Amino acid sequence: MRPTDLTLAEGLEALDKREISAVELTQSFLDAIERLNPRLNAYITVTGEAALADAAASDARRAKGEARALDGIPLGIKDLFCTEGTRTTAGSNILGGFVPPYESTVSANLKRDGAVFLGKLNLDEFAMGSSNQTSAFGPVENPWSRANDPEKRLVPGGSSGGSAAAVAARLAMGATATDTGGSIRQPAAFCGIAGIKPTYGRCSRWGIVAFASSLDQAGPVARTVEDNAILLRSMAGHDPKDSTSANLPVPDFQAAVGRGVKGLRIGVPAEYRLDGLAPEIAALWDQGLDWLRAEGAEIVPISLPHAQYALPTYYVVAPAEASSNLARYDGVRFGLRENGSDLKDLYERTRARGFGAEVRRRIMIGTYVLSAGYYDAYYLKAQKVRALIRRDFELAWGKVDAIVTPATPSAAFAMDEKQDDPVTMYLNDVFTVTANLAGLPGLAVPAGLDGQGLPLGLQVIGRAFDEETVFAVGGAIERAAGFTAKPGMMA
Amino acid sequence: MSYTIEGETGPWEVVIGLEVHAQVTSHAKLFSGAATAFGAEPNSQVSFVDAGFPGMLPVINEACIAQAVRTGLGLNAEIHLWSRFDRKNYFYADLPQGYQISQYAHPIVGKGEVEVTLADGSTKTIGITRLHLEQDAGKSLHDQHPTKSFIDLNRSGVALMEIVSEPDMRSPEEAGAYLAKLRQIMRYLGTCDGNMDEGSMRADVNVSVRKAGEGFRTRCEVKNVNSIRFVMQAVEAEARRQIEVWESGGTVEQETRLFDTARGVTRSMRSKEDAHDYRYFPDPDLPPLVLEQSWVEQLKASLPELPDQRRARYVAMGLSPYDAHVLTIERETATFFETVAKGRDAKVAANWVTGDFFAALNRLKRDISDPPVTAEHLGELLDLLADKTLSGALAKQVFEAMIETGQAPSVIVEERGLRQVTDTGAIEAAVDAIMAANADKVAEYRSGKEKLFGFFVGQTMKAMAGKGNPALVNEVLKKKLA
Repeated sequence: MRPTDLTLAEGLEALDKREISAVELTQSFLDAIERLNPRLNAYITVTGEAALADAAASDARRAKGEARALDGIPLGIKDLFCTEGTRTTAGSNILGGFVPPYESTVSANLKRDGAVFLGKLNLDEFAMGSSNQTSAFGPVENPWSRANDPEKRLVPGGSSGGSAAAVAARLAMGATATDTGGSIRQPAAFCGIAGIKPTYGRCSRWGIVAFASSLDQAGPVARTVEDNAILLRSMAGHDPKDSTSANLPVPDFQAAVGRGVKGLRIGVPAEYRLDGLAPEIAALWDQGLDWLRAEGAEIVPISLPHAQYALPTYYVVAPAEASSNLARYDGVRFGLRENGSDLKDLYERTRARGFGAEVRRRIMIGTYVLSAGYYDAYYLKAQKVRALIRRDFELAWGKVDAIVTPATPSAAFAMDEKQDDPVTMYLNDVFTVTANLAGLPGLAVPAGLDGQGLPLGLQVIGRAFDEETVFAVGGAIERAAGFTAKPGMMA
Repeated sequence: MSYTIEGETGPWEVVIGLEVHAQVTSHAKLFSGAATAFGAEPNSQVSFVDAGFPGMLPVINEACIAQAVRTGLGLNAEIHLWSRFDRKNYFYADLPQGYQISQYAHPIVGKGEVEVTLADGSTKTIGITRLHLEQDAGKSLHDQHPTKSFIDLNRSGVALMEIVSEPDMRSPEEAGAYLAKLRQIMRYLGTCDGNMDEGSMRADVNVSVRKAGEGFRTRCEVKNVNSIRFVMQAVEAEARRQIEVWESGGTVEQETRLFDTARGVTRSMRSKEDAHDYRYFPDPDLPPLVLEQSWVEQLKASLPELPDQRRARYVAMGLSPYDAHVLTIERETATFFETVAKGRDAKVAANWVTGDFFAALNRLKRDISDPPVTAEHLGELLDLLADKTLSGALAKQVFEAMIETGQAPSVIVEERGLRQVTDTGAIEAAVDAIMAANADKVAEYRSGKEKLFGFFVGQTMKAMAGKGNPALVNEVLKKKLA
């Protein structure tokens, strides 16, 4: 077995048993990146030298018996996390060669636990997109391809497309990602890996380039549910620098993965049976519920009546917050500056040149919905609907312990599909956005393949700060699915 | 007596409301740990939060919240246990985040009121609409380079309290008195230093005019006026301008204006039509601010005595309302007075502080924070007067020596032998000598020229180098001249 084929848990074991050194492990990933990244474009920046130095330091710690929770594990970092001394782009030209003089709390937590950073992963510009095609650094390619059309290049999903593609293609053992409307779960599902968006407030947002503050949440992507649990434990925790960070202890998520689902009540929301839901997706969903029933769970039909308004609500709230969060990219203090005849001209030239089309579109939508005269009709109304969506879930938790739905409405699509209509593109988030609007944890688990051999995922949604149950249900689905398929392009 | 401005069409009433921006006295900014000292090198007190760097998040500084609540309590205002921070979005070079965090919809402090005292001794209550917290922006410097503007972000993120009044003021004097009162209350509380020339306090003045009995007419806002005197001048200048517009058949347009202090007129800054669409919404980085009633009670219990209460206490101590007012204008003055008066006659203490001491401050151009004699020494001086070691005249002499030397009065009395003479024998001897030397005057006095008595007092005091006890000198003279 090649070192890059090890799961994160296996990697830790191999390092502990001295079957491999952190330097060797890191080198195999760097070799893999060198070979495959020119095609996949998953990494924007590779930090090979620093990674090898960190790996050597890790080996030294292990030799002294001072190994930490993630010591020597090579990870990729989504390029939305500020990393001290390493260029951080957010997938945008407007940040230019921005090199943060600070480290995001989440990446600092991973470093604290001994992780080795291979580099910065590609993403949709400012995390706005579901295909990774809005990145100023070019699209990422999904390492999977259709059995009947292997030449067709597929998208990895977005916005954490680089993260998901890198992990699926074995260019990292795990990666950080962020999820505002589905940006962890949708690309994880498209790339046949697992990814969890934890409860809002579980991970600090400090040092992560903001998209929509009330929805953004960091989480991991990795090949297995267990690997996600290991990573999340390191990433999570209270941070006094983020006022929305929850002051709660971080449980042992890994222990919850094998807990089983006996006696759990699993909710199935009627409203997610969308008209025209692909039969393959519907079948996979039923299959997943059967697995859980077989493991001793009770399947309970529930209603989330306001879920149908989640997508339009999301596409008011997220752009509103984004238009405000992105106002700081004005060419005055850092990043790109286009000189102008006066201050206003400088702003307009800088922002027109620095932001891509999708970001500009969302800034304009956000500016519009917040502007005087429209605020009540759009933003305020959206906040009210959001409260109703939250209440739907509150009521559901009286009946069930977790909810299982499809992760995406389809398998990965091709790079040349869904280009014209942004609304069609936005539909990718239809199953995932509710968890963001309600602040709940959501896990995507690979559960099967579609007719063309592409991975499909199921989603587990849980109560706020009850990631343990989510991991337990996800672990059960994973075991039952026995998903062993591999992408065509792999290190 | 109500204030009006006489126009061609008769008298006009002026309606004034003030929005005062007061910088919170605190060591750190509202949402970052950066320092707030005045006059620091440009951009030396800026955190990544204040500069709006990617991924930076605001965290509320509890000390600033406490200061706002204390101020609210000092303004007899409602404290809202639930308040919220909104973002006010607009672009400006010295606004790094592209928005200002401000309490727009749900301020921390609601309705309150203050009582102001006017020159004629009357009082008037001015309503407070609200007090909310917000962060200050940075400062653009346009005169440092021929083609470039420089930006100093030291003030970016500094906590401000915006105190909005009701349109209750009707004259420049009332506006000035209101501003002075706010400043006084905040300085007592230690919540704002009130240094208007350092920009820690500035006012936006809303002015309209109307005929008696009318409802409100259109108002204009005069932005950023930075002294009490200028506020009063701006009110009058803007009122006169509006009267002219109305009387010439025009219409006053709602707009923002600036006060040109050199020319004493207001000029248009921007009209409402091209005013910003600020796009407010709740700041998603900050959960609502929830206060415990018990915490507010604690703050309330620990408030210092406020100027109105203190003034009432002084009047109860026997001071005149005027002295009580003068002594309580500045907290430092009142503290000084109380040290002087402690265990002594309050009225005598007040006379000395408002009389000789204030005169000395004026003459020496010094401030109460840097007094020419200490309160302790002045108190001792009063003791020497009370126990008759010094006469009033001698005390004034000793006081001047105290200013010159900084020495304690007892030391000066000892070293210079300024103790007053109460020995009747010594006084009689001096009187005898004067009468002997001025036999002609004695004769004139005895033949009825009683005015000469003063001459004898003066001569005796002079002979005794001013140290004779004035009462005894009088007594002895009366007896001997009879």
